[in-house]
Amino acid sequence: MKKSGAIFFILVIFLAGCAGASPSQSGQTDTSTTKQYIENKGSDTLVNLALAWAEQYQKEHPEVQISVSGGGTGTGITALINGTVDIANASRAIKEEEIAEAKANGIDPYEIVVANDAIAVIVNPENPVNQLTIDQVSQIYQGLITNWKEVGGEDRPIVCLSRETNSGTHVYFLETVVRKGNADSTALFSVETLLLPSSEGIIAEVRDNPNAIGYDGLGYVTEDVKVLALDNGAGFILPSAETVNNKTYPIARQLYMYTNGEPQGIVKDYIDWIHSAEAQQFVLDLGFIPYTQGE
Amino acid sequence: MKDKLITRIIQIAGFSSILIVLLIFLFLLREGLPALSEVSFSDLFATRWYPIEDLFGILPLFSGSLLVTFFSILIAIPFGVGTAIYIAEVAPRRVKEILKPMIELLAGIPSVVLGFIGIVFLSPALREWLNLPTGLTAFTGALLLALISIPTIVSVGEDALNAVPQSYREASYALGITRWQTIWRVTLPAARSGMITAVMLGISRTLGETMAVMMVTGNAPTMFKGIVSLFKPTRTMTATIASEMGEVASGSTHYHVLFFIGIVLFLFSLIINIVSNHFSEKNRKDKEQVVS
Repeated sequence: MKKSGAIFFILVIFLAGCAGASPSQSGQTDTSTTKQYIENKGSDTLVNLALAWAEQYQKEHPEVQISVSGGGTGTGITALINGTVDIANASRAIKEEEIAEAKANGIDPYEIVVANDAIAVIVNPENPVNQLTIDQVSQIYQGLITNWKEVGGEDRPIVCLSRETNSGTHVYFLETVVRKGNADSTALFSVETLLLPSSEGIIAEVRDNPNAIGYDGLGYVTEDVKVLALDNGAGFILPSAETVNNKTYPIARQLYMYTNGEPQGIVKDYIDWIHSAEAQQFVLDLGFIPYTQGE
Repeated sequence: MKDKLITRIIQIAGFSSILIVLLIFLFLLREGLPALSEVSFSDLFATRWYPIEDLFGILPLFSGSLLVTFFSILIAIPFGVGTAIYIAEVAPRRVKEILKPMIELLAGIPSVVLGFIGIVFLSPALREWLNLPTGLTAFTGALLLALISIPTIVSVGEDALNAVPQSYREASYALGITRWQTIWRVTLPAARSGMITAVMLGISRTLGETMAVMMVTGNAPTMFKGIVSLFKPTRTMTATIASEMGEVASGSTHYHVLFFIGIVLFLFSLIINIVSNHFSEKNRKDKEQVVS
Protein backbone atom coordinates (compact mmCIF):
# COMPACT_ATOMS: atom_id res chain seq x y z
CA MET A 1 0.00 0.00 0.00
CA LYS A 2 2.79 2.36 0.93
CA LYS A 3 4.64 1.51 -2.26
CA SER A 4 1.66 2.26 -4.45
CA GLY A 5 1.34 5.57 -2.63
CA ALA A 6 4.87 6.47 -3.67
CA ILE A 7 4.22 5.49 -7.25
CA PHE A 8 1.07 7.53 -7.28
CA PHE A 9 3.02 10.53 -6.00
CA ILE A 10 5.54 10.23 -8.83
CA LEU A 11 2.81 9.76 -11.37
CA VAL A 12 1.20 12.99 -10.21
CA ILE A 13 4.49 14.87 -10.56
CA PHE A 14 5.07 13.31 -13.97
CA LEU A 15 1.63 14.21 -15.25
CA ALA A 16 1.88 17.71 -13.86
CA GLY A 17 5.13 18.07 -15.78
CA CYS A 18 3.40 16.91 -18.96
CA ALA A 19 0.58 19.36 -18.53
CA GLY A 20 3.01 22.19 -17.91
CA ALA A 21 4.98 21.37 -21.02
CA SER A 22 2.13 21.69 -23.51
CA PRO A 23 1.24 25.34 -23.67
CA SER A 24 -1.32 26.74 -26.05
CA GLN A 25 -0.21 30.29 -26.41
CA SER A 26 -2.67 31.91 -28.72
CA GLY A 27 -3.41 34.72 -26.37
CA GLN A 28 -3.91 37.46 -28.95
CA THR A 29 -7.44 38.09 -27.72
CA ASP A 30 -6.28 38.65 -24.17
CA THR A 31 -6.96 42.36 -23.89
CA SER A 32 -6.75 42.58 -20.11
CA THR A 33 -2.95 42.79 -20.20
CA THR A 34 -1.09 45.63 -21.84
CA LYS A 35 1.26 43.37 -23.86
CA GLN A 36 -0.28 41.45 -26.72
CA TYR A 37 1.40 38.44 -28.28
CA ILE A 38 1.48 37.03 -31.78
CA GLU A 39 3.01 33.59 -32.37
CA ASN A 40 4.46 33.25 -35.85
CA LYS A 41 6.11 30.08 -37.11
CA GLY A 42 6.90 28.12 -40.25
CA SER A 43 8.80 28.40 -43.52
CA ASP A 44 12.56 28.81 -43.27
CA THR A 45 12.42 30.69 -46.56
CA LEU A 46 10.28 33.32 -44.91
CA VAL A 47 11.86 33.36 -41.48
CA ASN A 48 14.34 36.20 -42.04
CA LEU A 49 11.69 38.34 -43.68
CA ALA A 50 9.20 37.58 -40.91
CA LEU A 51 11.83 38.50 -38.31
CA ALA A 52 12.59 41.81 -40.04
CA TRP A 53 8.88 42.62 -40.18
CA ALA A 54 8.31 41.64 -36.57
CA GLU A 55 11.23 43.74 -35.38
CA GLN A 56 10.08 46.85 -37.22
CA TYR A 57 6.45 46.36 -36.24
CA GLN A 58 7.35 45.96 -32.58
CA LYS A 59 9.34 49.19 -32.76
CA GLU A 60 6.29 51.03 -34.05
CA HIS A 61 3.84 49.17 -31.79
CA PRO A 62 5.59 48.52 -28.48
CA GLU A 63 2.42 47.00 -27.03
CA VAL A 64 2.64 44.07 -29.45
CA GLN A 65 5.12 41.26 -29.05
CA ILE A 66 5.71 38.94 -31.98
CA SER A 67 7.69 35.74 -31.62
CA VAL A 68 8.99 34.32 -34.88
CA SER A 69 10.48 30.89 -35.46
CA GLY A 70 11.34 28.73 -38.46
CA GLY A 71 11.37 24.97 -38.88
CA GLY A 72 9.82 24.60 -42.32
CA THR A 73 6.43 25.14 -43.89
CA GLY A 74 5.16 21.74 -42.75
CA THR A 75 6.14 22.59 -39.19
CA GLY A 76 4.30 25.92 -39.31
CA ILE A 77 1.13 24.49 -40.79
CA THR A 78 1.17 21.63 -38.28
CA ALA A 79 1.47 24.18 -35.49
CA LEU A 80 -1.51 26.09 -36.94
CA ILE A 81 -3.53 22.87 -37.11
CA ASN A 82 -2.59 22.08 -33.51
CA GLY A 83 -3.63 25.60 -32.53
CA THR A 84 -0.27 26.66 -31.09
CA VAL A 85 0.43 29.61 -33.42
CA ASP A 86 -1.52 32.63 -34.63
CA ILE A 87 0.21 32.90 -38.00
CA ALA A 88 1.87 30.11 -39.97
CA ASN A 89 4.40 31.09 -42.64
CA ALA A 90 4.36 28.96 -45.76
CA SER A 91 6.41 28.82 -48.93
CA ARG A 92 3.79 26.66 -50.64
CA ALA A 93 0.02 26.66 -50.68
CA ILE A 94 -1.64 24.56 -47.98
CA LYS A 95 -2.51 21.01 -49.11
CA GLU A 96 -6.01 19.56 -49.29
CA GLU A 97 -5.29 17.00 -46.59
CA GLU A 98 -3.86 19.69 -44.33
CA ILE A 99 -7.06 21.71 -44.70
CA ALA A 100 -9.05 18.57 -43.86
CA GLU A 101 -6.93 17.94 -40.79
CA ALA A 102 -7.32 21.55 -39.70
CA LYS A 103 -11.10 21.42 -40.15
CA ALA A 104 -11.20 18.26 -38.06
CA ASN A 105 -9.38 20.19 -35.35
CA GLY A 106 -11.77 23.15 -35.54
CA ILE A 107 -9.26 25.37 -37.37
CA ASP A 108 -10.15 27.21 -40.56
CA PRO A 109 -6.94 28.12 -42.46
CA TYR A 110 -7.12 31.54 -44.16
CA GLU A 111 -4.60 32.28 -46.88
CA ILE A 112 -2.76 35.59 -47.26
CA VAL A 113 -0.10 36.22 -49.92
CA VAL A 114 2.70 38.29 -48.41
CA ALA A 115 5.52 38.25 -50.99
CA ASN A 116 6.83 36.52 -54.08
CA ASP A 117 9.95 34.46 -54.41
CA ALA A 118 12.00 32.98 -57.21
CA ILE A 119 13.76 29.65 -56.72
CA ALA A 120 17.34 30.00 -57.87
CA VAL A 121 19.25 26.95 -59.08
CA ILE A 122 22.81 27.44 -57.91
CA VAL A 123 26.25 25.96 -58.59
CA ASN A 124 29.81 26.62 -57.48
CA PRO A 125 31.40 29.66 -59.22
CA GLU A 126 34.16 27.37 -60.56
CA ASN A 127 31.58 25.39 -62.51
CA PRO A 128 31.63 26.52 -66.19
CA VAL A 129 27.93 25.69 -66.67
CA ASN A 130 25.83 28.87 -66.84
CA GLN A 131 22.45 27.64 -67.93
CA LEU A 132 20.24 24.56 -67.91
CA THR A 133 16.82 23.67 -69.22
CA ILE A 134 14.14 22.65 -66.72
CA ASP A 135 14.25 19.22 -68.33
CA GLN A 136 17.97 18.91 -67.61
CA VAL A 137 17.52 20.03 -63.99
CA SER A 138 14.72 17.49 -63.62
CA GLN A 139 16.91 14.68 -64.97
CA ILE A 140 19.83 15.74 -62.78
CA TYR A 141 17.68 15.59 -59.67
CA GLN A 142 16.18 12.25 -60.67
CA GLY A 143 19.68 10.85 -60.98
CA LEU A 144 19.36 10.31 -64.77
CA ILE A 145 22.19 12.77 -65.50
CA THR A 146 25.08 12.15 -63.12
CA ASN A 147 28.04 13.93 -64.69
CA TRP A 148 28.49 17.61 -65.46
CA LYS A 149 29.99 16.82 -68.88
CA GLU A 150 26.55 15.61 -70.03
CA VAL A 151 25.24 19.18 -69.72
CA GLY A 152 28.30 20.96 -71.11
CA GLY A 153 30.46 21.11 -68.00
CA GLU A 154 33.66 19.46 -66.80
CA ASP A 155 34.05 15.74 -66.19
CA ARG A 156 32.85 15.79 -62.58
CA PRO A 157 30.18 13.84 -60.72
CA ILE A 158 27.03 15.83 -59.91
CA VAL A 159 26.11 16.09 -56.24
CA CYS A 160 22.45 17.10 -55.86
CA LEU A 161 21.48 19.11 -52.80
CA SER A 162 17.96 19.60 -51.56
CA ARG A 163 16.15 20.87 -48.51
CA GLU A 164 14.51 18.34 -46.17
CA THR A 165 11.06 17.04 -47.04
CA ASN A 166 9.38 19.31 -44.46
CA SER A 167 10.43 22.31 -46.53
CA GLY A 168 7.85 24.00 -48.72
CA THR A 169 10.66 24.73 -51.16
CA HIS A 170 11.32 20.97 -51.45
CA VAL A 171 7.69 20.23 -52.30
CA TYR A 172 7.50 23.14 -54.74
CA PHE A 173 10.71 22.02 -56.46
CA LEU A 174 9.47 18.44 -56.69
CA GLU A 175 6.20 19.47 -58.31
CA THR A 176 7.43 22.27 -60.57
CA VAL A 177 10.90 21.13 -61.58
CA VAL A 178 11.43 17.41 -60.97
CA ARG A 179 7.90 16.59 -62.20
CA LYS A 180 7.87 19.60 -64.54
CA GLY A 181 4.42 20.66 -63.38
CA ASN A 182 2.83 17.39 -64.45
CA ALA A 183 0.41 16.38 -61.69
CA ASP A 184 0.29 12.74 -62.87
CA SER A 185 4.04 12.34 -62.80
CA THR A 186 5.43 10.07 -60.10
CA ALA A 187 9.06 11.11 -60.62
CA LEU A 188 11.01 11.40 -57.39
CA PHE A 189 14.26 12.90 -56.25
CA SER A 190 17.12 10.43 -56.67
CA VAL A 191 17.89 8.55 -53.44
CA GLU A 192 21.40 9.98 -53.64
CA THR A 193 20.09 13.54 -53.25
CA LEU A 194 21.51 15.07 -50.10
CA LEU A 195 18.77 16.41 -47.82
CA LEU A 196 20.24 19.26 -45.84
CA PRO A 197 18.46 20.65 -42.80
CA SER A 198 18.88 24.34 -43.66
CA SER A 199 19.18 26.85 -46.49
CA GLU A 200 22.56 27.88 -45.12
CA GLY A 201 23.74 24.27 -45.32
CA ILE A 202 22.96 24.24 -49.05
CA ILE A 203 24.67 27.56 -49.71
CA ALA A 204 27.75 26.46 -47.72
CA GLU A 205 28.11 23.15 -49.58
CA VAL A 206 27.60 24.77 -53.00
CA ARG A 207 30.16 27.46 -52.14
CA ASP A 208 32.78 24.84 -51.20
CA ASN A 209 32.03 22.00 -53.58
CA PRO A 210 32.53 22.37 -57.36
CA ASN A 211 30.47 19.18 -57.94
CA ALA A 212 27.35 20.47 -56.24
CA ILE A 213 24.05 21.75 -57.59
CA GLY A 214 21.46 23.16 -55.24
CA TYR A 215 18.31 25.23 -55.18
CA ASP A 216 17.10 27.84 -52.77
CA GLY A 217 14.92 30.90 -52.44
CA LEU A 218 16.51 33.86 -54.26
CA GLY A 219 16.55 35.72 -50.95
CA TYR A 220 19.09 33.27 -49.55
CA VAL A 221 21.49 33.26 -52.47
CA THR A 222 24.78 34.94 -51.61
CA GLU A 223 27.49 36.46 -53.82
CA ASP A 224 29.78 33.45 -53.61
CA VAL A 225 27.58 30.99 -55.50
CA LYS A 226 26.54 31.13 -59.15
CA VAL A 227 22.89 31.40 -60.16
CA LEU A 228 21.97 29.51 -63.33
CA ALA A 229 19.73 30.81 -66.10
CA LEU A 230 16.84 28.43 -66.71
CA ASP A 231 14.87 27.64 -69.82
CA ASN A 232 11.37 26.27 -69.95
CA GLY A 233 10.83 26.79 -73.67
CA ALA A 234 11.13 30.59 -73.74
CA GLY A 235 14.91 31.02 -73.65
CA PHE A 236 17.38 31.09 -70.77
CA ILE A 237 16.34 33.57 -68.10
CA LEU A 238 18.01 34.60 -64.85
CA PRO A 239 15.78 35.19 -61.82
CA SER A 240 15.15 38.83 -60.86
CA ALA A 241 12.26 41.00 -59.68
CA GLU A 242 11.54 41.88 -63.30
CA THR A 243 11.56 38.35 -64.71
CA VAL A 244 9.40 37.12 -61.83
CA ASN A 245 6.83 39.90 -62.23
CA ASN A 246 6.54 39.44 -65.99
CA LYS A 247 6.35 35.67 -65.35
CA THR A 248 9.19 34.77 -67.74
CA TYR A 249 11.34 33.10 -65.07
CA PRO A 250 9.92 29.59 -64.88
CA ILE A 251 10.19 28.78 -61.16
CA ALA A 252 8.69 31.54 -59.05
CA ARG A 253 6.07 31.16 -56.37
CA GLN A 254 4.04 33.08 -53.86
CA LEU A 255 4.84 33.14 -50.17
CA TYR A 256 1.96 32.90 -47.74
CA MET A 257 0.86 33.47 -44.22
CA TYR A 258 -2.01 31.38 -42.86
CA THR A 259 -4.26 32.37 -39.98
CA ASN A 260 -7.16 30.62 -38.28
CA GLY A 261 -10.12 32.28 -39.98
CA GLU A 262 -9.97 35.80 -41.38
CA PRO A 263 -7.46 37.73 -39.24
CA GLN A 264 -8.94 39.77 -36.39
CA GLY A 265 -7.67 42.39 -33.97
CA ILE A 266 -3.93 42.87 -33.75
CA VAL A 267 -3.20 40.05 -36.19
CA LYS A 268 -5.29 41.90 -38.79
CA ASP A 269 -3.40 45.14 -38.07
CA TYR A 270 -0.13 43.29 -38.50
CA ILE A 271 -1.14 41.67 -41.79
CA ASP A 272 -2.38 45.01 -43.14
CA TRP A 273 0.94 46.57 -42.21
CA ILE A 274 2.81 43.75 -43.99
CA HIS A 275 0.99 44.70 -47.20
CA SER A 276 2.06 48.36 -46.79
CA ALA A 277 4.84 49.87 -48.92
CA GLU A 278 7.01 50.27 -45.82
CA ALA A 279 6.94 46.56 -45.01
CA GLN A 280 7.29 45.53 -48.63
CA GLN A 281 10.55 47.47 -48.76
CA PHE A 282 12.00 44.75 -46.48
CA VAL A 283 10.94 42.20 -49.08
CA LEU A 284 13.13 43.93 -51.67
CA ASP A 285 16.01 44.39 -49.21
CA LEU A 286 16.09 40.69 -48.43
CA GLY A 287 16.11 39.67 -52.08
CA PHE A 288 12.50 38.61 -52.44
CA ILE A 289 9.97 40.15 -54.79
CA PRO A 290 7.29 42.43 -53.36
CA TYR A 291 3.66 41.48 -53.21
CA THR A 292 1.57 43.37 -55.75
CA GLN A 293 -1.99 44.40 -54.87
CA GLY A 294 -4.76 42.27 -56.29
CA GLU A 295 -2.85 38.98 -56.16
CA MET B 1 12.60 7.01 12.09
CA LYS B 2 15.00 9.20 10.13
CA ASP B 3 16.61 6.08 8.79
CA LYS B 4 13.28 4.86 7.52
CA LEU B 5 12.54 8.18 5.83
CA ILE B 6 15.84 8.19 3.99
CA THR B 7 15.34 4.59 2.90
CA ARG B 8 11.93 5.59 1.59
CA ILE B 9 13.32 8.55 -0.36
CA ILE B 10 16.02 6.42 -1.95
CA GLN B 11 13.38 3.84 -2.77
CA ILE B 12 11.27 6.47 -4.51
CA ALA B 13 14.27 7.59 -6.52
CA GLY B 14 14.95 4.01 -7.51
CA PHE B 15 11.40 3.26 -8.51
CA SER B 16 10.98 6.53 -10.37
CA SER B 17 13.56 5.68 -13.01
CA ILE B 18 12.01 2.27 -13.57
CA LEU B 19 8.61 3.87 -13.80
CA ILE B 20 9.77 6.54 -16.22
CA VAL B 21 11.47 4.01 -18.49
CA LEU B 22 8.31 1.91 -18.44
CA LEU B 23 6.11 4.90 -19.21
CA ILE B 24 8.36 5.97 -22.07
CA PHE B 25 8.34 2.45 -23.48
CA LEU B 26 4.55 2.24 -23.20
CA PHE B 27 4.23 5.62 -24.89
CA LEU B 28 6.55 4.51 -27.70
CA LEU B 29 4.51 1.34 -28.16
CA ARG B 30 1.23 3.23 -28.13
CA GLU B 31 2.40 5.75 -30.72
CA GLY B 32 4.58 3.43 -32.80
CA LEU B 33 2.73 0.14 -33.08
CA PRO B 34 -0.16 1.56 -35.15
CA ALA B 35 2.45 1.94 -37.91
CA LEU B 36 2.38 -1.84 -38.33
CA SER B 37 -1.31 -1.82 -39.16
CA GLU B 38 -1.22 1.33 -41.32
CA VAL B 39 1.78 0.35 -43.42
CA SER B 40 2.06 -3.21 -44.69
CA PHE B 41 5.04 -5.17 -43.44
CA SER B 42 6.67 -5.32 -46.86
CA ASP B 43 6.25 -1.56 -47.35
CA LEU B 44 7.75 -0.81 -43.95
CA PHE B 45 10.80 -2.98 -44.60
CA ALA B 46 11.30 -1.63 -48.10
CA THR B 47 14.30 0.27 -49.38
CA ARG B 48 12.85 3.69 -50.22
CA TRP B 49 12.22 6.36 -47.58
CA TYR B 50 10.26 9.31 -48.97
CA PRO B 51 7.49 10.04 -46.47
CA ILE B 52 5.74 12.86 -48.35
CA GLU B 53 4.83 10.31 -51.04
CA ASP B 54 3.93 7.67 -48.42
CA LEU B 55 7.05 5.62 -49.03
CA PHE B 56 7.97 4.43 -45.57
CA GLY B 57 10.78 1.93 -46.15
CA ILE B 58 12.90 2.08 -43.01
CA LEU B 59 15.70 -0.24 -44.17
CA PRO B 60 17.93 2.55 -45.54
CA LEU B 61 17.70 4.40 -42.20
CA PHE B 62 18.47 1.18 -40.39
CA SER B 63 21.49 0.48 -42.56
CA GLY B 64 22.61 4.11 -42.24
CA SER B 65 22.60 3.99 -38.45
CA LEU B 66 24.44 0.66 -38.37
CA LEU B 67 27.03 1.79 -40.90
CA VAL B 68 27.86 5.04 -39.11
CA THR B 69 27.83 3.45 -35.64
CA PHE B 70 29.94 0.47 -36.68
CA PHE B 71 32.72 2.48 -38.28
CA SER B 72 32.71 5.12 -35.62
CA ILE B 73 33.18 2.49 -32.92
CA LEU B 74 35.89 0.84 -35.04
CA ILE B 75 37.76 4.15 -34.93
CA ALA B 76 36.91 4.91 -31.32
CA ILE B 77 37.96 1.59 -29.74
CA PRO B 78 41.73 1.74 -30.44
CA PHE B 79 41.92 5.43 -29.53
CA GLY B 80 39.67 5.17 -26.51
CA VAL B 81 41.16 2.01 -25.06
CA GLY B 82 44.68 3.21 -25.88
CA THR B 83 44.12 6.53 -24.13
CA ALA B 84 42.59 4.79 -21.12
CA ILE B 85 45.61 2.48 -20.83
CA TYR B 86 47.99 5.39 -21.24
CA ILE B 87 46.30 7.48 -18.56
CA ALA B 88 45.82 4.63 -16.10
CA GLU B 89 49.03 2.68 -16.55
CA VAL B 90 51.74 4.59 -18.37
CA ALA B 91 51.46 8.35 -18.11
CA PRO B 92 53.52 10.15 -15.44
CA ARG B 93 51.43 11.90 -12.84
CA ARG B 94 51.88 15.38 -14.38
CA VAL B 95 50.76 14.30 -17.85
CA LYS B 96 47.83 12.44 -16.34
CA GLU B 97 46.71 15.57 -14.51
CA ILE B 98 46.60 17.48 -17.80
CA LEU B 99 45.17 14.70 -19.98
CA LYS B 100 42.23 13.75 -17.81
CA PRO B 101 40.58 17.17 -17.64
CA MET B 102 41.23 17.63 -21.36
CA ILE B 103 39.36 14.44 -22.19
CA GLU B 104 36.55 15.50 -19.89
CA LEU B 105 36.45 18.82 -21.68
CA LEU B 106 36.09 16.99 -25.00
CA ALA B 107 33.10 15.18 -23.51
CA GLY B 108 31.60 18.55 -22.62
CA ILE B 109 31.67 20.01 -26.14
CA PRO B 110 28.09 20.12 -27.41
CA SER B 111 27.62 17.87 -30.41
CA VAL B 112 26.18 20.71 -32.47
CA VAL B 113 29.54 22.49 -32.16
CA LEU B 114 31.34 19.38 -33.37
CA GLY B 115 28.84 19.18 -36.21
CA PHE B 116 29.62 22.75 -37.16
CA ILE B 117 33.35 22.01 -37.19
CA GLY B 118 32.49 18.98 -39.29
CA ILE B 119 30.69 21.09 -41.90
CA VAL B 120 33.20 23.90 -42.03
CA PHE B 121 36.46 21.98 -41.76
CA LEU B 122 36.23 18.19 -41.83
CA SER B 123 33.87 17.70 -44.73
CA PRO B 124 35.69 19.97 -47.25
CA ALA B 125 39.03 18.51 -46.12
CA LEU B 126 37.86 14.91 -46.59
CA ARG B 127 36.45 15.76 -49.99
CA GLU B 128 39.81 17.06 -51.17
CA TRP B 129 42.04 14.44 -49.52
CA LEU B 130 39.99 11.46 -50.62
CA ASN B 131 38.78 13.05 -53.85
CA LEU B 132 35.11 12.38 -53.07
CA PRO B 133 32.13 13.93 -54.89
CA THR B 134 31.03 15.42 -51.56
CA GLY B 135 32.46 15.52 -48.05
CA LEU B 136 29.06 14.97 -46.43
CA THR B 137 29.39 11.20 -46.02
CA ALA B 138 28.88 8.38 -43.55
CA PHE B 139 32.63 8.43 -42.94
CA THR B 140 32.55 12.10 -41.88
CA GLY B 141 29.78 11.23 -39.45
CA ALA B 142 31.70 8.20 -38.15
CA LEU B 143 34.79 10.34 -37.49
CA LEU B 144 32.80 12.95 -35.56
CA LEU B 145 30.92 10.30 -33.61
CA ALA B 146 34.22 8.65 -32.69
CA LEU B 147 35.24 11.99 -31.18
CA ILE B 148 32.01 12.01 -29.23
CA SER B 149 32.29 8.45 -27.92
CA ILE B 150 36.04 8.45 -27.12
CA PRO B 151 35.65 10.45 -23.87
CA THR B 152 33.03 7.97 -22.64
CA ILE B 153 35.25 5.00 -23.45
CA VAL B 154 38.29 6.66 -21.88
CA SER B 155 36.73 7.66 -18.59
CA VAL B 156 34.84 4.40 -17.99
CA GLY B 157 37.79 2.36 -19.24
CA GLU B 158 40.26 4.20 -17.05
CA ASP B 159 38.09 3.61 -13.98
CA ALA B 160 38.00 -0.09 -14.84
CA LEU B 161 41.79 -0.25 -15.10
CA ASN B 162 42.24 1.65 -11.82
CA ALA B 163 39.93 -0.85 -10.14
CA VAL B 164 42.37 -3.68 -10.89
CA PRO B 165 44.15 -4.37 -7.56
CA GLN B 166 47.72 -3.13 -7.43
CA SER B 167 48.78 -6.56 -6.16
CA TYR B 168 48.08 -8.08 -9.61
CA ARG B 169 50.63 -5.79 -11.23
CA GLU B 170 53.13 -6.29 -8.40
CA ALA B 171 52.80 -10.05 -8.67
CA SER B 172 53.38 -9.81 -12.40
CA TYR B 173 56.44 -7.57 -12.06
CA ALA B 174 57.78 -9.90 -9.39
CA LEU B 175 57.82 -12.67 -11.99
CA GLY B 176 60.05 -10.46 -14.12
CA ILE B 177 57.38 -9.65 -16.69
CA THR B 178 57.75 -6.34 -18.58
CA ARG B 179 55.29 -3.48 -18.25
CA TRP B 180 53.70 -4.00 -21.69
CA GLN B 181 53.28 -7.69 -21.08
CA THR B 182 51.72 -6.92 -17.71
CA ILE B 183 49.25 -4.49 -19.28
CA TRP B 184 48.38 -6.85 -22.10
CA ARG B 185 48.28 -10.15 -20.20
CA VAL B 186 47.30 -9.16 -16.67
CA THR B 187 45.73 -5.73 -16.23
CA LEU B 188 43.57 -5.62 -19.37
CA PRO B 189 42.11 -9.13 -18.92
CA ALA B 190 41.41 -8.32 -15.27
CA ALA B 191 39.59 -5.15 -16.32
CA ARG B 192 37.82 -6.86 -19.21
CA SER B 193 34.26 -6.46 -18.02
CA GLY B 194 34.78 -2.77 -17.33
CA MET B 195 36.38 -2.25 -20.74
CA ILE B 196 33.47 -3.99 -22.45
CA THR B 197 31.03 -1.81 -20.53
CA ALA B 198 33.04 1.24 -21.64
CA VAL B 199 32.82 0.21 -25.29
CA MET B 200 29.11 -0.61 -24.99
CA LEU B 201 28.40 2.78 -23.45
CA GLY B 202 30.35 4.29 -26.33
CA ILE B 203 28.19 2.39 -28.82
CA SER B 204 24.98 3.58 -27.13
CA ARG B 205 26.23 7.13 -27.20
CA THR B 206 27.07 6.81 -30.90
CA LEU B 207 23.80 5.18 -31.86
CA GLY B 208 21.75 7.83 -30.09
CA GLU B 209 23.72 10.86 -31.25
CA THR B 210 21.68 13.04 -33.55
CA MET B 211 22.76 16.59 -34.15
CA ALA B 212 26.33 16.13 -35.36
CA VAL B 213 25.29 13.25 -37.59
CA MET B 214 22.42 15.17 -39.11
CA MET B 215 24.75 18.03 -39.99
CA VAL B 216 27.52 16.05 -41.72
CA THR B 217 26.15 12.85 -43.24
CA GLY B 218 24.14 14.46 -46.04
CA ASN B 219 20.95 12.64 -44.99
CA ALA B 220 20.37 10.83 -48.29
CA PRO B 221 18.43 7.64 -47.46
CA THR B 222 20.66 5.29 -49.47
CA MET B 223 20.94 1.55 -48.88
CA PHE B 224 24.19 -0.07 -47.80
CA LYS B 225 26.03 -1.35 -50.87
CA GLY B 226 29.35 -2.50 -49.52
CA ILE B 227 32.29 -0.47 -48.38
CA VAL B 228 31.72 2.31 -50.99
CA SER B 229 28.65 3.33 -48.99
CA LEU B 230 30.97 4.54 -46.25
CA PHE B 231 32.13 7.34 -48.53
CA LYS B 232 28.65 8.26 -49.68
CA PRO B 233 25.91 10.26 -47.97
CA THR B 234 23.70 8.29 -45.63
CA ARG B 235 20.75 8.93 -43.34
CA THR B 236 20.46 7.65 -39.78
CA MET B 237 17.35 6.82 -37.76
CA THR B 238 18.00 9.55 -35.20
CA ALA B 239 18.51 12.25 -37.84
CA THR B 240 15.27 11.17 -39.52
CA ILE B 241 13.27 11.48 -36.32
CA ALA B 242 14.84 14.83 -35.49
CA SER B 243 14.36 16.43 -38.86
CA GLU B 244 10.86 15.12 -39.55
CA MET B 245 9.19 15.12 -36.15
CA GLY B 246 8.41 18.82 -36.38
CA GLU B 247 6.52 18.51 -39.64
CA VAL B 248 4.18 15.61 -38.96
CA ALA B 249 0.63 16.03 -37.81
CA SER B 250 0.15 13.95 -34.68
CA GLY B 251 -1.75 10.75 -35.38
CA SER B 252 -0.75 10.54 -39.05
CA THR B 253 0.91 7.46 -40.53
CA HIS B 254 4.20 9.29 -40.87
CA TYR B 255 4.03 10.18 -37.17
CA HIS B 256 3.43 6.56 -36.20
CA VAL B 257 6.27 5.37 -38.40
CA LEU B 258 8.66 7.86 -36.78
CA PHE B 259 7.70 6.46 -33.39
CA PHE B 260 8.17 2.97 -34.77
CA ILE B 261 11.74 3.99 -35.63
CA GLY B 262 11.97 5.14 -32.02
CA ILE B 263 10.98 1.64 -30.88
CA VAL B 264 13.66 0.14 -33.10
CA LEU B 265 16.25 2.48 -31.57
CA PHE B 266 15.04 1.60 -28.09
CA LEU B 267 15.36 -2.11 -28.82
CA PHE B 268 18.87 -1.54 -30.13
CA SER B 269 19.96 0.12 -26.90
CA LEU B 270 18.28 -2.65 -24.95
CA ILE B 271 20.23 -5.31 -26.85
CA ILE B 272 23.49 -3.43 -26.33
CA ASN B 273 22.76 -3.23 -22.60
CA ILE B 274 21.89 -6.90 -22.35
CA VAL B 275 25.06 -7.89 -24.19
CA SER B 276 27.24 -5.71 -21.98
CA ASN B 277 25.52 -7.04 -18.86
CA HIS B 278 26.02 -10.57 -20.03
CA PHE B 279 29.75 -9.99 -20.43
CA SER B 280 30.25 -8.32 -17.07
CA GLU B 281 28.18 -11.01 -15.31
CA LYS B 282 30.13 -13.76 -16.98
CA ASN B 283 33.38 -12.10 -16.06
CA ARG B 284 32.34 -11.69 -12.43
CA LYS B 285 31.49 -15.37 -12.21
CA ASP B 286 34.82 -16.32 -13.75
CA LYS B 287 36.61 -14.21 -11.17
CA GLU B 288 34.64 -15.76 -8.31
CA GLN B 289 35.68 -19.18 -9.53
CA VAL B 290 39.30 -18.12 -9.51
CA VAL B 291 38.99 -16.80 -5.96
CA SER B 292 37.27 -19.93 -4.64
